[in-house]
Amino acid sequence: MELSFTQGRWNYERWGGFDPIASSNAKPPGVELWAVFDVPQHQVDASWKNLTHTLSGLFCASINFLESTSTYSAPEWSFPPASGNLRYGTLPREAVCTENLTPWLKLLPCRDKAGLAVLLDRPSIYRGFYHSQRLHLTSTASGSKGTDSGIILKQALTVVLQPIQPNGRRASMDHAGEKRIQPSWSLSSIFGKQVRGRCVLAKSSNVYLQLDRGLVAELKHIHKENEKSVANGLTSENFWTYPSFELSASPDRIVIEENSFHGKSSSILYNFQVEKYTESEPLDLGLTWKIPVVWSCQSAPLHSSRFLMGSGNERGAIAISLKSTQLWEGFMGAFDNNERCELQVDVFQVVPWYVKVYFHSLQVFIDQQPKAVSDVIEKIHVSPSKDKVSPGMMEMVLRLPCRVKSAALTIEFDKGFLHIDEYPPDANQGFDIPSAIISFPNFHASMFFLEDGSLNKSPLLSKFQEKSPVMSYTEVLLVPLTTPDFSMPYNVITITCTVFALYFGSLLNVLRRRVAEEERFLKDKATKKTGQLPLLLSKLSAKLRGRPWEPPHSPPSSSSFISSKLVFKVILVAGLAVGWQYYFS
Amino acid sequence: MVKQKNKTASFSFWNWVIASIIFRLILIYFPKNLNLASRPEVSTPLTSFRRLAEGYWLKQLSMSPYAGSMYHGSPLLLSLLGPLTVQRIEGQPNHLLYSLVSVIADVVSAILIRATGKNLRLVYLRSLESLDIVKQTKASEILSPGDAAALIYLWNPFTIVACVGLSTSPIENMAVILCLYGACSRLVPLAAFGWVIATHLSLYPAILIIPVIFLLGCGPDAPPRKLFLQKNHKEEVLNKSKLPLGFSWRPITHFAFWALLWSAYVLALCGISLQQFGGLWEMFKSTYGFILTVEDLSPNIGVLWYFFAEVFDFFRNFFLIVFHVNILFMIIPLAIRLHHRPCFLAFIYIAIFSMLKSYPSVGDSALYLGLLGWFVNELADIQFSFFLFCGYVGVSLLSPVMHTLWIWRGTGNANFYFATAMVYACLQIILVVEGVSAMLNHDRKLRNLTTGKPQDAKS
Repeated sequence: MELSFTQGRWNYERWGGFDPIASSNAKPPGVELWAVFDVPQHQVDASWKNLTHTLSGLFCASINFLESTSTYSAPEWSFPPASGNLRYGTLPREAVCTENLTPWLKLLPCRDKAGLAVLLDRPSIYRGFYHSQRLHLTSTASGSKGTDSGIILKQALTVVLQPIQPNGRRASMDHAGEKRIQPSWSLSSIFGKQVRGRCVLAKSSNVYLQLDRGLVAELKHIHKENEKSVANGLTSENFWTYPSFELSASPDRIVIEENSFHGKSSSILYNFQVEKYTESEPLDLGLTWKIPVVWSCQSAPLHSSRFLMGSGNERGAIAISLKSTQLWEGFMGAFDNNERCELQVDVFQVVPWYVKVYFHSLQVFIDQQPKAVSDVIEKIHVSPSKDKVSPGMMEMVLRLPCRVKSAALTIEFDKGFLHIDEYPPDANQGFDIPSAIISFPNFHASMFFLEDGSLNKSPLLSKFQEKSPVMSYTEVLLVPLTTPDFSMPYNVITITCTVFALYFGSLLNVLRRRVAEEERFLKDKATKKTGQLPLLLSKLSAKLRGRPWEPPHSPPSSSSFISSKLVFKVILVAGLAVGWQYYFS
Repeated sequence: MVKQKNKTASFSFWNWVIASIIFRLILIYFPKNLNLASRPEVSTPLTSFRRLAEGYWLKQLSMSPYAGSMYHGSPLLLSLLGPLTVQRIEGQPNHLLYSLVSVIADVVSAILIRATGKNLRLVYLRSLESLDIVKQTKASEILSPGDAAALIYLWNPFTIVACVGLSTSPIENMAVILCLYGACSRLVPLAAFGWVIATHLSLYPAILIIPVIFLLGCGPDAPPRKLFLQKNHKEEVLNKSKLPLGFSWRPITHFAFWALLWSAYVLALCGISLQQFGGLWEMFKSTYGFILTVEDLSPNIGVLWYFFAEVFDFFRNFFLIVFHVNILFMIIPLAIRLHHRPCFLAFIYIAIFSMLKSYPSVGDSALYLGLLGWFVNELADIQFSFFLFCGYVGVSLLSPVMHTLWIWRGTGNANFYFATAMVYACLQIILVVEGVSAMLNHDRKLRNLTTGKPQDAKS
């Protein structure tokens, strides 16, 4: 199970899209929850319901909205931890704030009182560009990892901080976010706090500072240019004394990524062990830049973005565009020399039911040329949305040629019209379409480190070494839907009913009208003018009796007919009454 | 409108038919500019072409076409028309073949309407003769209702829009007309086939079974039987051959047999085509169930969508029952009063259900407006005919404007559009009520003519 609360959007172009952090810690805005259930198929939905309610109580969030079947889906194979009993749901509009962070911190053994968590000063975290708190639960069924059945809880907080102060920090992981004119930073200037020793319960407590692959390459380049005389000084001993920057604390260990196939440079991790620092001598890691360095992070093979097309509130189209990132051009050639070099892209997209997607209108454009869908899409699985029951889901495997410059998928939809009660209070703001997940199963965002005995113990590094496909989330889309007039349901109801009454009444009136009616009516009037009530009554009764002779072509047995009619009516009413009595007694 | 069309009908009928086909083909070649296929007036969730294509696409992926709430039509339509949604001819408009099918359906309907109209006219003239009032009713002016009705149907902008807009309503209309034609010309299997298919496609034509039974039992429209009896009674010269036939049960049992046969056949075909996707129950749920519980609230020219978008949830079931009962409620009174005129009864039923159905479209209106031509002579002195004509024109111009204002420009409001739908419903109500009233008056007039009474009881 994994639950993430995110605010802000991970900027894949600037903050990287290929490293483990970007593909596993970057999450879509709002709440994302997925869970794999180890229960029989028919109980999965019930378990999901329980889970959402529990989590929503635990984290003070409206995760319970994921309970209804129209909000979650069951991807079959495109979502990476794919399994039969997977359920996936997102709430893109969930506002994440301290009330969500506090319960998360409570799960830490020392809360935010000691250890690294001290750094989590609320104002400084929420000032940042992006923060995402993640909770990952895995149950280990067998004793494969030395433990018998238990639950492993991983908590991760990913923060990208403001550039006013230097950016790129997180609590248990560290990532040097880049900046054009790199401002110098230190822990105290970012968080306003310093690390004073580790939490007593923690086995290990480390701070890592990672120099990105691109950055290292750039630094080497600068280094060679400027100081050719000390070109051979680039050994692991004095990595941290680059002339271009200076670290305020000396790292305890330097880990260099083993770069097997990446044509460029390998990233460097500086390790600072928190237990060495004490109350009197806090760890105040800082980085001071000396010369400006410009570098870019490695991004995913294709940069994906998603947007809406069309205008008006009746229909539109979703387009997912994939643009080749030039960084990968050289690498692609080196990586695969086959003639049929293909790039596999998995697309997983959930659309809420009020966005009625016409799957048959799926179009694929490669380098702006329309292509037949069957040429590009290797495998597709859709589960169309059912009104008010389930969201639409689309899973696709695309096979794109390596040399592709850009690819685009478009799919048309109609905007649904909801019942007046189904609109949220701010109906005119629009509705969110959750992020699509684009993953590249042929590429693994993993780092291999030069073998070092103690390395495997570090959970962070072993997490980095895990093979996981490169994933990226697209933007959340905001779809404006047409709104009815919320103010006047009564008017609509009454006017419509009036029209129906008009129909019913006037038609019945027309049908009921008889030929001799008018003459009779005139005669009635005449009697009314002259007569008192008894006279009128007698006349009326006489008329009833005497009616046979009035129309010239009457049937001969009219009076008996009337009486039989009367008798029939009486019998009918009596029968109804008896039936009623019998039925209800 | 009726009179203008009648003048044209005196010209060569076939020239006008060919002209209408050419006009349609011209319009088909501008589908992108017109973009009629997604207009709410043309394509309802039941008749939408795009939904048909979606259903076919899902079926090609070996999923149930009813998975998701996109397609709500018949599985037979899917297997017949589905392939046409994807086939393309180079250099031609995308859905040329499909459009051709609807053009053919329109023309076939028009021809059947014409044949039925001729039949009706013959019966009308014969009955006038047998009543000896031909001279009094100025028989020389009797127009050919068949030509009039067929040309009204073909040249009605509503029909043209429904045909060019790729909706399935031309086919549904054809089934209804097939049923009426079969019943009028006493082709029992054809009548049963039309009735079964029409019911299968859109459920509401099921109530046409009553006029069909009258048609088969007593023959086409005639003045009330009582009149003939009186006449004969008066003159004491009973000519049996002049009397319209009494009610005979033989064709009705035939009809029941054939209807059973056809429906078993249709259900078997549906069952086969839906074998692996949940079977017939799934079909009933997402076609008839979808029609009866008004689930889709997207705007159309009816009034129910907005009503159910606004009504409180706990009243929803009550109003669903009320509105559907409204259709059923009028069946029996109308049948009692108009049993001697089954074709007119069918026309009124069609008008009522195309007004009150859950997802009305202009295609349904096109059908009853076309059938109106059958009763040119009887309804000649209908009240408010000019008002109705202007109303139809006005609504059909204003409704798209209001829709654009609300949906596309965002400057209007849902109420504006709903108001046009309301006016449209009122116009249809007036048409139905005045039509019934005019027909009853016509019968009254005939009776007065036969009995020699002065014509004062007109109301």
